[in-house]
Amino acid sequence: MTVKKRVAIVGVGISKFGELWDKSLRDITLEAGMYAIFDSGVAGKDIEAICIGNMSAGRFTGQEHLGALAADMGGLGHIPAYSVEAACASGGAAVRQAYMAIRSGEHDVMLVLGCEKMSDVNQSEAMRTMGVASDWEWEGIFGATFPALYAFIARRHMHEYGTTETHLAQVTVKNHKNAEHNPWAQFQKAVPLDVVMKSGLIADPIRILHSSPISDGAAGLLMCSEEKAKQFTDTPIYIEASTQSSDTLALHDRRDICTMDAAVVSSREALRKAGLTIDNIDVFELHDSFTIGEIVLTEDVGITQKGNGGKLLDEGLTEIGAKYPVNPSGGLKARGHPIGATGVAQIVELVFQLRGDAEKRQVSGAEKAMAVNIGGTGATSIVHILGR
Amino acid sequence: MVGIVGYGVYIPRYRIKTTDIADVWGENGEAVAQGLGVFEKSLPGPDEDVATIATEAARNAVKFGKVDAKHIGAVYVGSESHPYAVKPTGTIVASAIGCSTELTCADLEFACKAGTAGIQTCMGLVQSKMVKIGLAIGADTAQGRPGDALEYSAAAGGAAYLIGEENPVATIERTVSVTSDTPDFWRREGEDFPSHGARFTGEPAYFRHVEDCAKLLFRTTGTSVDDFDYFVFHMPNGKFPVAVGKQLDVPAEKLEDSLVVRQIGNTYSGSAMIGLARVLDVSKPGDRIFVISYGSGAGSDGFTIRVEDEILGHRGEVPTVDDYIQRKVYVSYAIYAKYKHTINM
Amino acid sequence: MAEHGVAQIWRKIPSMYNVIGNHCTTCDTFYFPPRPVCPKCRRKGHLEDHKFKGLGIVHTFSIVRQAPDDFKTQAPYVVAQVQLDEGPRLTTQIVNCEVTDVYIGMRVRVCFRKITEFGHAGLILYGFKFEPTMKVTGHPDR
Repeated sequence: MTVKKRVAIVGVGISKFGELWDKSLRDITLEAGMYAIFDSGVAGKDIEAICIGNMSAGRFTGQEHLGALAADMGGLGHIPAYSVEAACASGGAAVRQAYMAIRSGEHDVMLVLGCEKMSDVNQSEAMRTMGVASDWEWEGIFGATFPALYAFIARRHMHEYGTTETHLAQVTVKNHKNAEHNPWAQFQKAVPLDVVMKSGLIADPIRILHSSPISDGAAGLLMCSEEKAKQFTDTPIYIEASTQSSDTLALHDRRDICTMDAAVVSSREALRKAGLTIDNIDVFELHDSFTIGEIVLTEDVGITQKGNGGKLLDEGLTEIGAKYPVNPSGGLKARGHPIGATGVAQIVELVFQLRGDAEKRQVSGAEKAMAVNIGGTGATSIVHILGR
Repeated sequence: MVGIVGYGVYIPRYRIKTTDIADVWGENGEAVAQGLGVFEKSLPGPDEDVATIATEAARNAVKFGKVDAKHIGAVYVGSESHPYAVKPTGTIVASAIGCSTELTCADLEFACKAGTAGIQTCMGLVQSKMVKIGLAIGADTAQGRPGDALEYSAAAGGAAYLIGEENPVATIERTVSVTSDTPDFWRREGEDFPSHGARFTGEPAYFRHVEDCAKLLFRTTGTSVDDFDYFVFHMPNGKFPVAVGKQLDVPAEKLEDSLVVRQIGNTYSGSAMIGLARVLDVSKPGDRIFVISYGSGAGSDGFTIRVEDEILGHRGEVPTVDDYIQRKVYVSYAIYAKYKHTINM
Repeated sequence: MAEHGVAQIWRKIPSMYNVIGNHCTTCDTFYFPPRPVCPKCRRKGHLEDHKFKGLGIVHTFSIVRQAPDDFKTQAPYVVAQVQLDEGPRLTTQIVNCEVTDVYIGMRVRVCFRKITEFGHAGLILYGFKFEPTMKVTGHPDR
């Protein structure tokens, strides 16, 4: 049996996240890709393939076939290029595709992109498009919006474990505070607890400020095999594990709607593959498209036990400087959530953290990091563990 | 003998008070309510229409009758507010109550009497042995132009009757009809709201047809008012059926139980049929019921009905007319306008 | 090709109108929505159509206030997961009650409503929603 190659990240790039009125999908995707390439020191001619995470450019912008688009815009010639889709986990899926391609030896150097341009459609169309990440025929069509499905989880979590509206709001407050120091974040400002708790209800008990925004944005990674990495950088970050799990498409078919079984399985498997325990992880990026998502994931990855996610917040254990810092970037809530870009942006943040480049939001001495990227209401979970 | 083997009604939960409508148009609500004899009316929820109302009523009828929906051989839905101009409501109802595909079906329209026309059609099919059980439904989500007098009474509701020969809960002894070309009320294709002849809808239209039909029915059956325990007349408002009762010398107490119009308004094709259901809910075996429907345009169908012992074994399974009348929530005129889609969105 | 929604709606009519799902006779599990393959038994499974009684309890719910365009006249409205007596959960609207009166554990039964329509001139999708069980005069349980 041949020894499988380790995979390194040697360059990262990210566009500003937000409502980018003056930029198109191709502008932001190119921007993130160019930054990643420049950051890596890799020459364009050395890139062997492109993989793009994108959920629904066809609906949001009318454009599909993004692989060819990216190769063309970047002037990267005839290399293979394609996009992958796993709803909100599309970005994570793209990272994992490249990881597998490099580990298999098929490619040595790959560009990974994640992008979404969501602001070119009206709110109703955006809601509908996000709704297709659920089981459209049996959930969305009945008027169960995406926030309503996460509200199902929140309501049940509150019912079973005594989680409160304050807990839902505490995630927002923490992540906005972290995003204050993230120059790429959509909301670089803190928001007080009482403002969150009085913000408009969109799908009880979920309020507008418990929800990630509609965003435009793109992120990129330059990934390569371990032996190549040394040519490009002195500070490669290694992917110590990449795992992915699935669950029922519809939330109503889950064993327990308060647990994302796919996240439990994929995070345990990732830790096992990396030879680590949860306490070895210094910094986390967890998928907080709605703040209840972060609460559930802190339980499901094993930071705390089931039902204890609210208490974890009360104790401040997920803040920067505490034992389990979660979402130093601001998370999906404050950094923004351009759907296909999110999974890649999580990795970009963790590379900053492990390189020690995260400035005022730096988790000091971070050596190991975990990203959890969720698709739909938990039907897909993609976990990456990084180390320096 | 042919008769009713099951019946059921459905009345939406929403009500608006006559006074709340009158306030919008600067009229004296108390006076309007007293004058019309309509104090509140039902309206459909935003997700209700004739297909849903007819289906709910039909499901109740099937459950009440304890019949297998696969034995229904004909479905007729009478309404002037079918959700589709072309595409029969009956197809939706038949599918939703679990009928076999081996049945005949058509939508009927005869203003407020299309439902009773359906009963007659089913009687013919049953008595000629063409079908075992026929389903006749009268249901409407009636439209009244904002500000028009009809707005005070045009309501939503429906009733479904299963017509068959095996163990009827009430037998239909006789039916007669009168029909003439009398333009008291109409709606042209493509128009949102009906037009009407105002006071012309009274004497030459409602009263002449209902009275002629009643007299014809007395004459052909050799009966008189004294032979009946209950009377049901179509209820365009609370005033007309009472007035026609007086003219026919019907004692007020024999009419009282059918006058659902006071609490739910005129449910058009559902009106006389819900009135009859209200009487069937409270009658005793052996009671005889005299029913005259009325549809503008114009015509009346008359029925003499006898309540059978069988009815006692069927009650208590589905909500009664009173159960539906009592299940209500009031809405403002603004919500009413939103639900009735008179706000352009 | 078919006009928007037409075939999509048509093939779902039995399930949408009458809560017809399926039952795997190999493992005795009920499924709603119906599944093409029993996920427990896979090729060893044997699925038969099953009409659910249409009774259940509210497992969880939300009041939707920011509604898609085709649901705006209904907002605020309640969507819920209803656990059917036979076991499976489904997603549906709860109607015929105040939005603030819905609670986890509430007893509900199926009713027939308009779900959505494909524009003013388009097809209307009818189907199941759930409502609180209502008073029935003369019923022995009441």
